[in-house]
Amino acid sequence: MSYFIDRRLNDRHKSEVNRQRFLDRYRTHIKRSVEEAVNKRSITDMERGEKVSIPARDISEPVFQHGPGGKRTVVSPGNKEFVEGDRLRRPGGGGGGGAGEGSASNQGEGMDEFAFSLTREEFLDFVFDGLELPHLERKALLDLEEVRPVRAGIAREGVPARINIVRSMREAQARRIAMRAPIKRALREATEALEAEERKDPVLRNPARIAELKAEIERLEKRLDAVPFIDTYDLRYNNLINQPQPSNKAVMFCVMDVSGSMTQSHKDIAKRFFLLLYLFLERNYEKVELVFVRHHTAAKEVDEDEFFYSRETGGTIVSSALSLVDEIIRDRYPAHQWNLYVAQASDGDNWDDDSTTCRQLLIKSLMPRLQYFTYVEITPHAHQALWEEYESVQAEFPQRFAMRQIVEAGDIYPVFRELFRRRAER
Amino acid sequence: MTRRKPIATGSDWNFETLTAYEREIARLADEYRLDTYPNQIEIITSEQMMDAYASVGMPIGYHHWSFGKQFLAVEQAYRRGQMGLAYELVINSDPCIAYLMEENTLMMQVLVMAHACYGHNSFFKGNYLFRTWTDASAIVDYLVFARRYVSECEERHGVAAVEQLLDACHALQNYGVDRYKRPSPISAEEEARRQAERAEYLQSQVNLLWSTIPEHRPAHGPEHDEEDPLGLHQYGRYPAEPQENLLYFIEKNAPLLEPWQREIVRIVRKLAQYFYPQRQTQVMNEGWATFWHYTLMNRLYDEGLVDEGVILEFLQSHTAVVSQQSFDSPYFNGINPYALGFAMYSDIKRICQEPTAEDREWFPDIAGSDWLETLHFAMRNFKDESFIQQFLSPKVIRDLKLFTLVDDDQDEMLTIEAIHNERGYRRIREALSTQYALSVREPNIQVWEADIRGDRSLTLHHVQDRRRPLAKSVYPVLRHLHQLWGFPVKLLSMEGEEVVRRYQWPLPADLEGRG
Repeated sequence: MSYFIDRRLNDRHKSEVNRQRFLDRYRTHIKRSVEEAVNKRSITDMERGEKVSIPARDISEPVFQHGPGGKRTVVSPGNKEFVEGDRLRRPGGGGGGGAGEGSASNQGEGMDEFAFSLTREEFLDFVFDGLELPHLERKALLDLEEVRPVRAGIAREGVPARINIVRSMREAQARRIAMRAPIKRALREATEALEAEERKDPVLRNPARIAELKAEIERLEKRLDAVPFIDTYDLRYNNLINQPQPSNKAVMFCVMDVSGSMTQSHKDIAKRFFLLLYLFLERNYEKVELVFVRHHTAAKEVDEDEFFYSRETGGTIVSSALSLVDEIIRDRYPAHQWNLYVAQASDGDNWDDDSTTCRQLLIKSLMPRLQYFTYVEITPHAHQALWEEYESVQAEFPQRFAMRQIVEAGDIYPVFRELFRRRAER
Repeated sequence: MTRRKPIATGSDWNFETLTAYEREIARLADEYRLDTYPNQIEIITSEQMMDAYASVGMPIGYHHWSFGKQFLAVEQAYRRGQMGLAYELVINSDPCIAYLMEENTLMMQVLVMAHACYGHNSFFKGNYLFRTWTDASAIVDYLVFARRYVSECEERHGVAAVEQLLDACHALQNYGVDRYKRPSPISAEEEARRQAERAEYLQSQVNLLWSTIPEHRPAHGPEHDEEDPLGLHQYGRYPAEPQENLLYFIEKNAPLLEPWQREIVRIVRKLAQYFYPQRQTQVMNEGWATFWHYTLMNRLYDEGLVDEGVILEFLQSHTAVVSQQSFDSPYFNGINPYALGFAMYSDIKRICQEPTAEDREWFPDIAGSDWLETLHFAMRNFKDESFIQQFLSPKVIRDLKLFTLVDDDQDEMLTIEAIHNERGYRRIREALSTQYALSVREPNIQVWEADIRGDRSLTLHHVQDRRRPLAKSVYPVLRHLHQLWGFPVKLLSMEGEEVVRRYQWPLPADLEGRG
């Protein structure tokens, strides 16, 4: 006797709990592996999930086993040239022996690395684990223009689509009871009076009184019927009110120096940094817009491709980019609706007298409106005027202004982590 | 000659054709007297198959990270195409649950039904080990009970605490088996009903054992002993006999475990017991299923129920399943149990039907007997170890060109001890049989003494088999054992009466130069 069951539509993630337990248990290992991956992998790859490997020895499940040594007899198939009594040298030239049975350990335990894949979400979770956006305190609600409807009790007015039936019927019932009670009472009195009159001896009855009572009863019954089952003022509506919302939109300005001194490898490093920041913002906000501003002596808003791949030559005036950013904010991204982030990458070159302009521009105009400004200087050399001026900006806005130096690609992720580390005091 | 009228052709299948084939296979299987549990055939997707893999084929299991690890490993290998998923998975239960993957072709589904639903199924029902050690009707219920119990414990005592306990139990689960005593059958209702009762009782027993308040003295008083004037050791060692079932001993005697912890030890032990026969009948079980899918598929073809396309596809797949790589091949991965088992059953049939002079000499009892009867006998009454000892014929040894190699660490060189010739047959048979004996594959470790009147330490004895020492994993396992026992754990490796190595956990603070 047999029967078939089609289980294909059943839940297919039976192992999800176990999978999560595994990931939790080896958090630190996986994180280490992820960090390596972030540093090594090419930029466009960041969106994919990642193959992660951790040392198999760390996750092995130990059991009692025979170790190498002693005397063992192994039966193998496929003899071609051996005859009884043949003596063979140990493969791998001998001390201790036990080479023969390497594959006999159970289920690939012999492997050095245990490799598996994380989904994109899991991967990013590990990448950004323990990080948070600094200065994420909500803007004062007064400033907020964004609203979201939320439930706010019951109202007498509203549109039919939001009728609260239970509440409406309850109101109707209460009203019916209230309106009918006095009528019923009068009716009962009239009925009793009529019965009393009719019980009297026929001689003593007052026909006029009886007629009067009957008319009264009839009138009362009509009134009783006239009480409506439901009336317009019984209706109750679910009330929605608009509540101001902290903005869930962010815009990220990527500002990069593309003057002659920035090589392609500088740009790659910058790109990785921007990408990390973008992915990070994306996890914190519903909507993230990107604005690419590049500059040499003049700044220009460009699209992504041009930003990263076109080549320019010439000198550097950083303030040109900052004032363009300032302009774009004023035109398109009012600070009360958008969370503003600026990430700037440069090799530190600037016209000397321009650096002062940058500082003033930042302190006076930009910083008060920004959520966060990060500056990475990609250079192995000593800092120049720009760095020093920026240091004084940082002194003014220690919470929102961060600057770091990156020498090679391997520094990106550590620097990023440092910039966004969850602050201890929170 | 029958007219060839295949039930279906091509590689697409649907439930009607599967049902029709299933009916035909059942009819043929009945001819061969294959006695089976009812079949519950479930069609699943490859993802669900990976889920099933991860829980070692249990349809439902408690949660543990090691299953997650298993899942990730399978998933990775499958995604990268290193490994095809098995086409089927079958569970020793009543009804017998078999999984068929939806990706399989029609041929594969028919093959799998023959292999799993009639091959494995009849083996589960017929083989003495399964009959003795497992209760097919209760296993699914018990798994449900185990899962619920473990998750209740997680809620009550925290995931971490349960996980740690399970880790420790898993490390010892191969030693959670009664090898000689038949276990009482497990059933979920029974378990649930008696669980609370048992917890209380167990704890009281343990308390009794470890009680530090002296009980009343035996009336006649201890016999006087110079060494032990106060009679402190008059009761002898505890336990009086060495215990092979470590988990059972822990469950009953570990001084500090809470009742719920004892119950979880018991669950792991019971499940280990359930899988014990499978670990001992790999060759027999796979060989049996392979033999029958081969026979049944050929019968289907003979009767014209499948066409040439299907049977060719089948032969290709079957050949891959029973191929045996040579020891020096880069793909060599030990002896293929499908190949060995299939060769042995086929050869038994040959010996019965067309015995040679050699067979008459080697197998006087079965040469020329009824092959079906003999095959059933061989399936029912053996495990791998004894099956090989009994039925490995010189012809199979010659076909597989088996040879034995001796690796002795006291010898500079390796020695070929026997090859497929007259002088070697018996020795190869002996060696291969030993190779499949669980008692040799796993180190022989037993509980020797629990020092209940001393420092409460637990001493295990490892009886070395031909001087083979324990692998390094001994320390982590001892650490787990120490967690369960709660007091120092010692392990002595014995060669004869002599202690050759000592292990202990916790590690001694000052390293004594003994060893």
